[in-house]
Amino acid sequence: MNPPRNLAAPGSDSPTQRSAAPHPRLTHHRTIGFAYLALSATALLAGLLLSLVMRLHLAWPDWRLPLHGPVLPEEYLGAVTLHGTLMLFFVLTVAPLWGFGNLILPAQIGSRRTAFPRFNAAAFALTALALLTLLASPFVPGGTAISGWTSYPPMSAIAASGPGQALGMDVWLLSIALFALASCIAAVNMLTTILCLRCDGMVWHRLPLTVWGWFTAALLSLPAFAVLLAALLLLFCDRHLQTGFFLPATLVVNGVLIRTTTDGSPLLWLHLFWFFGHPEVYIAILPGIGLTSMVLANFARRRVFAYRLMIAVTLLIGLLGILVWGHHMFVAGLSPFAGSAFAISTMAIALPASAEVLSWLATIWGSRPRLTSAMLFALGFVSLFVAGGLTGPILAQPILDQYLHNTFFVVAHFHLIMAMAGVFGLFLATYYWFPLLADRTLNETLGRTHFFATLVGAYATFLPMHLTGLAGEPRHYAQFTGIAGPAGTLLASTMPLQRIITFAAIFLAAAQLPFLLNLCITLRSPFPSASNPWDATTMEWAPEAPSTASVPLIVHRGPSEYSLDGQNCYPQWQPLTQPEQPE
Amino acid sequence: MPTVFTPPQLDPRHHTERPGDRSGDPGEGDHGSGRRPPTDKRTGGSGDGDNWNDRPVGARGPRERLVQSRIGLASALAGDLMFFIALISAFFVTKANGHFTAHGDWVHEWMPTSIPRILLLNTAVLLFSSVTAEIARRSMFRVHDAMDEWIGLGKPTSRRAALWLSLTLTLGIVFLVGQWIAWQQLAAQHVFFRSNPSSHFFYLITVTHALHLFLGLTALIAALTALRTSRVFASRQIWVDTTVWYWHAMGALWIFLFVLLEFFQ
Amino acid sequence: MPQAPTLAHRLWHLPLDASLHGPALDQHLLLNLWIVLALLALAHVLVFIGLAKRRTRTPPRRQRTIEYLPIATLALLFTVLAARAETLWQAARYTGADPSALQVEVTGMQFVWYFRYPGPDAIFGAVKPELIAPGEGNPLGRDPTDDSGRDDFISSQLVLPAARQVDLRLRAQDVIHGFSVPDMRLKQNAVPGQTIHIHFTPTAPGDYAILCTQLCGSGHYRMAATLRVLSQSDFDAWVARHRMPAMGATP
Ligand code: HEA
Ligand code: HEA
Ligand code: CUA
Ligand SMILES: [Cu+2]
Repeated sequence: MNPPRNLAAPGSDSPTQRSAAPHPRLTHHRTIGFAYLALSATALLAGLLLSLVMRLHLAWPDWRLPLHGPVLPEEYLGAVTLHGTLMLFFVLTVAPLWGFGNLILPAQIGSRRTAFPRFNAAAFALTALALLTLLASPFVPGGTAISGWTSYPPMSAIAASGPGQALGMDVWLLSIALFALASCIAAVNMLTTILCLRCDGMVWHRLPLTVWGWFTAALLSLPAFAVLLAALLLLFCDRHLQTGFFLPATLVVNGVLIRTTTDGSPLLWLHLFWFFGHPEVYIAILPGIGLTSMVLANFARRRVFAYRLMIAVTLLIGLLGILVWGHHMFVAGLSPFAGSAFAISTMAIALPASAEVLSWLATIWGSRPRLTSAMLFALGFVSLFVAGGLTGPILAQPILDQYLHNTFFVVAHFHLIMAMAGVFGLFLATYYWFPLLADRTLNETLGRTHFFATLVGAYATFLPMHLTGLAGEPRHYAQFTGIAGPAGTLLASTMPLQRIITFAAIFLAAAQLPFLLNLCITLRSPFPSASNPWDATTMEWAPEAPSTASVPLIVHRGPSEYSLDGQNCYPQWQPLTQPEQPE
Repeated sequence: MPTVFTPPQLDPRHHTERPGDRSGDPGEGDHGSGRRPPTDKRTGGSGDGDNWNDRPVGARGPRERLVQSRIGLASALAGDLMFFIALISAFFVTKANGHFTAHGDWVHEWMPTSIPRILLLNTAVLLFSSVTAEIARRSMFRVHDAMDEWIGLGKPTSRRAALWLSLTLTLGIVFLVGQWIAWQQLAAQHVFFRSNPSSHFFYLITVTHALHLFLGLTALIAALTALRTSRVFASRQIWVDTTVWYWHAMGALWIFLFVLLEFFQ
Repeated sequence: MPQAPTLAHRLWHLPLDASLHGPALDQHLLLNLWIVLALLALAHVLVFIGLAKRRTRTPPRRQRTIEYLPIATLALLFTVLAARAETLWQAARYTGADPSALQVEVTGMQFVWYFRYPGPDAIFGAVKPELIAPGEGNPLGRDPTDDSGRDDFISSQLVLPAARQVDLRLRAQDVIHGFSVPDMRLKQNAVPGQTIHIHFTPTAPGDYAILCTQLCGSGHYRMAATLRVLSQSDFDAWVARHRMPAMGATP
């Protein structure tokens, strides 16, 4: 039996406890981390099934969903709304930030606990409640909300504006409010943990970039989710207390005249929402960016290229991330002058992102890395991040967005960079940290199969969406057939590509089977993994003698230090005794 | 204990094989000879070479936990501040809005809500409650009393703090009742939440602030309970300290909101 | 006549381009797309070479050539692209329409578009939300007491003369709608409570799709209309034909 690692329990626990199991104490961060992962896996499964229903319906509008019948337009929109909400909030915020953040972050900074375990547990409970609430929404009268994950008013403010906008919308509001509250609490815990509980020697410039990613994401979540909460509160008042913060003085919806006392504006919601929404998408990707840097360096067996610059760049992305929200509003009624200003800030944010890419390229350049599954997924992350990121600057030019806004080009942009790169980040984390999480190493053959199939599936699904978008195909369309006139011709012209996309999406979903198989096989395997199978250098891999679980951890050096030939690794916990090559 | 914030000194160099390396110390404040005294020892004076800042993280005395809760509180409050900033920006946006009628007249629905005079009184009460809270907080950190209490010579400090905290609690309740009266007065003038944009915001802001204060009252009650029941003096200090800082923050926030409602409508 | 689609248009699946500002926009869009494609390819080539190379004795370390120089190049590239885009954007949006432009009011509601022409007096009559009654033939709530509205007429198709600038005023009655004409490279949301102006010049006669591009309810996907661009003489004839019933309907 190999020694348990310091991920395990604090000193008070039985020293022989293996790192693998979730900790018995409910408020322990490892228990919570696993619980978050389970939660997001549930959400992911639901979101995945919904996306397949959406794809099948788009390609074959007459297709009948088994046990249900034909998919009605409002059901399609409900599916899109649920899919986006589940994926963005409950998968890509929860899993990288709160799931792996709880499992790995404390160990990576040399701490055996988080700052406020009970608040941490409370945040998880609220998140779970939020998910349950959201999953209940299809079953309320009228069905789930249909106004998309962005819930623009007046649609979201007026129950008469569509099916699902009554009770379904209230349930959505409640769910997201709970989620926002939970995220604020979890962010406070994570920030304080990083600020206060780094072990000795873990100074700021020795923190792995993963920690910087988590730190920046947590830093962004506080203001972002706080503003979202305020916006949700105002929207709630508009819905139930006859205010009109987001409504003009008079509206006629469905033949009914609605007067409000307030001269509000829907644009106010757009501003508040995107002030949250844009940081939110960076929250989703920053942990993945950090992890990719670290894993590339690990397998390249050298330092992260321009490590300190990457710290600055991560923070810069976070900072600029709160200044670019208007790029979602170029043609939404924003003043054209403001459009120009937001175009500039958005173009600016492409530069730190490019700096990250350059550092990745330089880190692996001529390093002959071991192409393990984890490394492959890191490379896949790079590929998808570039592919999805490069369309960002196109969308950031207002005049081009005037053509591309709300087309499938945007859908392609964010599925490549967020959905696919983000999910690759999750796979990367799973393959890389599996020895720590389950004391087993995932099967490499299945891992590689999974990687190549998923990569091909990802590109096959989302590259053609650029083309349908360029052809003018809008988002949120329940079908593209059966419409009269030139509009019908234009929409129907995309149908061949639609079918290809749907086939590819099915392939992409099926490509996850090797992964599931791998999980099942590996978890049953009797062979524990080696204690540090990747020769990793960061603190979560530090071995810990069983009898000295209370010995303080000390960090002696920066992350990813290897000898020049890559033969020796110098983990952060190893004292500076033997002579080493200069860096 | 002074209230200045001293981050644990993290010098990358001082770990390398220091003579008398204390890194074998148990992690959680327990020193072998009982608990750490509630005051900090950060000088390594008296020639004992025992500067607590040289100890490993997690074993640097009670201040460490205190700082941690303060940082947690500060970041939570930063988030909270953003919440109010969002509300306030909505306030200014809405205030500036208007619309044209069918006849081309510019209509501006905003009718400033006249602030009931009692709010001035409430503000004074809240300010005063911050003073009593601060007295309670300081008394928890007066070195000699704290040492007495830590040694076990009764609970003079906690008892004194409990007294001042109770006073704060009372004043807090008075403030909330005062707010309630203000809402009643407005209602008597037929100014309700639904009346006009300005009154929406008046109620929205005062009610969300009152909710925060209600949370503060709960924290005060929790702190009072902790003063009675918690056996670790450092924990009692932390309860009082964070509660009082929260209370101060809500007081400051109120001043800010009050100025906004009074002068910027 | 709309130009025949170029090869690039077909490769990228771009629809026809029939507005005055369209070709410049397309050119810029295609430039962007090619650059992005090239960068994407370059990045992948660099990854593959980097992986295939034998292990170098020393890792790359010259931050200036590897980070700052490419970043500066990319910054320059993005600046040039942004500047070009900005000139186009300013031309399209910073100034209002020509005073001689044809005025049309576009109103979106779940799930139709109405197009109102001001008639010979070039003044739109007042509308009142409380008068809106689509069932009674008054979908926009025209105020019968307002004289300037007498000669207004409403169409369900947007009919425009070729080669004349139009000034659209976009309004929405219920929720936000997105007014979009892909063939004119045009898109702007219609926001309730606001009137948003947007102007353009169609060049080639023909029928074009008008789509709603802002999620507005369960019928969002079928909120389509047709833009019919006619020659000036055909347009005049259409106006003459169309005004008759509108005149008759006024009390
Ligand atoms: C993280 C985000 C995420 C992810 C992963 C996906 C995944 C997919 N999405 Fe989704 N999508 C969104 C976020 C995401 N989407 C958002 C925000 C919207 C906008 C909603 C709105 O407008 O309101 C949207 C909208 C959207 C549309 C547009 C609908 C419309 O506007 O009409 C379409 C259409 O094809 C679509 C399809 C798909 C498909 C086929 C997948 C497939 O890729 C699904 C295949 C899934 C996988 C390959 C993942 C498998 C992963 C695992 C098994 C992970 C294992 C777990 C751990 C390691 C923890 N999505
Ligand atoms: C993880 C999520 C994520 C990330 C990281 C990004 C990153 C970026 N996004 Fe994206 N975006 C979304 C998620 C994300 N986006 C979502 C969900 C939406 C839709 C929301 C909705 O409406 O529902 C959206 C929509 C969106 C829009 C609005 C489109 C519209 O609605 O009309 C815009 C416009 O500017 C934009 C821009 C950008 C830019 C400039 C970046 C930049 O940060 C990208 C930076 C990256 C690069 C620039 C690549 C770097 C690589 C190179 C430069 C290659 C270098 C080459 C060599 C070395 C050879 N995004
Ligand atoms: Cu109207 Cu979508
Ligand atoms: Cu954005």
